Amino acid sequence: MINKRWVEIAVGSFVVISLAAMVMLAMRVSNLSAFSTDGVYEIEARFHNVGGLKVRAPVTMAGVHIGRVAAIELDSQRFDAVVKLAIDDKFNHIPLDTSAAVFTAGLLGEQYVALEPGGDEKFLKQGDRIRIAQSAMVMEQILGQFIFNAAAGDKENKK
Amino acid sequence: MIATLLQDFGRVTLTAIARMGRGNLFMLRVLHALPSLRFGGPLLVQQIYSVGVLSLQIIAVSGLSVGMVLGLQGYNMLVDFGAEQSLGQATALSLVRELGPVLTALLFAGRAGSALTAEIGLMKVTEQLSAMEMMAVDPVKRIIVPRFVAAFLSMPMLAAIFSAIGVLGGYFVGVGLLGVDSGAFWSQMQSKVNFGEDILNGFVKSIVFGLVAAWIAVFEGYDAVPTTEGVSRATTRTVVETAFAVLGLDFILTAVMF
Repeated sequence: MINKRWVEIAVGSFVVISLAAMVMLAMRVSNLSAFSTDGVYEIEARFHNVGGLKVRAPVTMAGVHIGRVAAIELDSQRFDAVVKLAIDDKFNHIPLDTSAAVFTAGLLGEQYVALEPGGDEKFLKQGDRIRIAQSAMVMEQILGQFIFNAAAGDKENKK
Repeated sequence: MIATLLQDFGRVTLTAIARMGRGNLFMLRVLHALPSLRFGGPLLVQQIYSVGVLSLQIIAVSGLSVGMVLGLQGYNMLVDFGAEQSLGQATALSLVRELGPVLTALLFAGRAGSALTAEIGLMKVTEQLSAMEMMAVDPVKRIIVPRFVAAFLSMPMLAAIFSAIGVLGGYFVGVGLLGVDSGAFWSQMQSKVNFGEDILNGFVKSIVFGLVAAWIAVFEGYDAVPTTEGVSRATTRTVVETAFAVLGLDFILTAVMF
């Protein structure tokens, strides 16, 4: 029979190792640590169309990740998409007249919100709204416009 | 002729249904005896040692090699699309969602489940269980419950270790050997693996598999025909039935969860 103390030590280390594995899966593999609600402030932007933007999509400025999309809602009066952006507290000097746009990373990549800084002396605070917001490009609309223009061009050529 | 055939068929069906019924009744007895178990007591600790700790070796080695192979294969596939940055995500998702719980359960059935069945079956053959009853010691409380609980608790822990080591194995191959960027490996993984959806669902899977594997192992041992051959059959059945149950349940759980 193996020493009882040794058995208990082994079982204790087994439990500790498995807890460490769970913590590693939670913190290192998934985004639990990156998605803490403290240390951020929320601003909102209104878009006519957010395309395929998802909650938790990145928010970038100059290509640098500064926050995440916290929520996407529909304003039932104005039929706008209200996008709440959770910005890291480190980046609290974003000018008031900053503009926001929904872009796509690469041709097939996910969509994200890009902020383009303005020149205002005042800075965005918790709950402020970004005035200038550029909607997502929806591929079908662009294709539709393109085909429409091509057809119109054909007619003009025939005249 | 046809009547004989039908009789055989009927007998097989009835035997199967009777076994299922015995399994359920046995489970009820185990659940009924569950409150008598002292957590942290020597019975449970000893069983967690033999079921969980001694399985660590095979779980760690398999997890590492599965993760390394995933890294290697995933890289070969992703590099064609110039998407080798997503290697971390691909490795982690397949490990956490599927391979971790399922492979751990299969290995667990082979390593620990079969040992439990053989141990309990041999106790029955050598009439140790009857001897306990003679001494007014309930064998379900004394023998079955600690083993069942130990197996049930160990399975999710082993699955978590398997997944974590697998991710590390994928990291060694992808980043160390094949030159994927280390930052991209982790950041892609973190941005695409969701704690609530992927990791907790994988954990729930491993809990369900743990319950099934533990149940089958102790039931087969307790229900074994008390002969040498009966014990060997019961041990085989434990492994085969656990594999079937885990793979079937995995399909159902995946369809419900993801």
